[in-house]
Amino acid sequence: MKPYRSLGAATTVAAVAAMTLAAVTASADPVMDDELVINEELELMTDTPAPEHLGGVLGETIYSGWRFRDTETRAMQKDDFDNPMFLFVDAGLAAWDTPEGAANQSCADCHNSIEDSMKGVRAAMPRVNADGELWSLENYVNDCRETRMEAEPWGWNSQEMKNMTAAIGLQSRGMPVEVQIDGEAAPFWEKGKEMYYTRFGQLEMSCANCHEDNFGNYIRSDHLSQGQVNGFPLYRLKDQGAVSMHQRFVGCVRDTRGETFAPGSQEFRELELYVASRGMGLPVETPAVRH
Amino acid sequence: MFRASVIGMIAVLWAAGASADVAPGDIVWGEYGSIEQPLTDTPGDPEEGRAVMATNALGNCVACHSVEAMEDVPFHGTIAPELQGAGDRWTEAELRGIVVDAKQLFPDSFMPGMYKVGPFIRPGVEFTGNAPDAPEDIQPILTAQQVEDVVAYLVTLKE
Repeated sequence: MKPYRSLGAATTVAAVAAMTLAAVTASADPVMDDELVINEELELMTDTPAPEHLGGVLGETIYSGWRFRDTETRAMQKDDFDNPMFLFVDAGLAAWDTPEGAANQSCADCHNSIEDSMKGVRAAMPRVNADGELWSLENYVNDCRETRMEAEPWGWNSQEMKNMTAAIGLQSRGMPVEVQIDGEAAPFWEKGKEMYYTRFGQLEMSCANCHEDNFGNYIRSDHLSQGQVNGFPLYRLKDQGAVSMHQRFVGCVRDTRGETFAPGSQEFRELELYVASRGMGLPVETPAVRH
Repeated sequence: MFRASVIGMIAVLWAAGASADVAPGDIVWGEYGSIEQPLTDTPGDPEEGRAVMATNALGNCVACHSVEAMEDVPFHGTIAPELQGAGDRWTEAELRGIVVDAKQLFPDSFMPGMYKVGPFIRPGVEFTGNAPDAPEDIQPILTAQQVEDVVAYLVTLKE
């Protein structure tokens, strides 16, 4: 910092002090007087102690994005009949039982009941596969489609894929996010972390600029959250449809006036791992509602 | 072909009266991120500057800053310092420097450079998400005249 100058030194210093103070005190301003209880029976914690690996950058507590949305949006997620994502969940559940491809196999033919076999899967995604590659849930779904069902893979952001990842994700609802970040996952996690702090695009903005330094603050009327991803895929009112995590990553990078990465790219899977790790301990909310 | 297009471009610039503008790469910076010399020959128009600050597709300064004197514009952001009093706290040259590229004064500033064409990491063409085909596809967010207009308004923001 070298903002000192003879002219109006006192006011300059005061202004700098104010800016510094603003940066330091840009603290959480989440909704504090509401609780996420779904169907009047399933209580989902929307805050939890921050994971140790964050070293306090988000303070002591991490918050679900649900706590940064308005009353009506929060209410929609409290009842599965009001949550538009459940149309897509139902479609995903139907697809689970439907044979497809040259092998004429359904998901259920191998995995049986989705409630049993897929429980906990979403909470641990993305994770390193047997070949040492970092895979998201979408990769695993398409791998099954191609190798076992001998069917065409789904597009990463296709409706069919979102239906299926919502149906699979729902089986982990309420379970804490717990992704592996050490061992074979460590190199991917490090790259994702580096990306999180890289200032992309003509606006030179990193994920951290908004979701770490300024969560709780407003950009125009947009209430900035911590950018937690424990509710994807989710219903986004602004898009009037289901939105995948990588779809939102694309939107954020685009909004920096930056060249985006492709959905499903190596970069976005690494970013997914790192961002997921910032929410470790928060319960899976899939399928959430946001705006 | 190449020559014809260059001549055509010069003609366009001439017609737009933009030939006198200081290009982003030609700016002379003061020691502490100030810019003494106006970017254009036409003095800034504070009313135009106010409009630039309030318009999403232009400066959209209120996205992050609140401005007491702009209460008629809805939804001011809370990211950045209140701009009321900016005309007391900073000189015109300092304000010009901050608008053009605040990182010259505050290296870690969140504020985008409003009259800057690089270097950037993975710049895209406006909000398309696409990489530029040529470097000149990345244009400054504001024109030189819009910067001068904004500066002319900011100096009026007294406590």
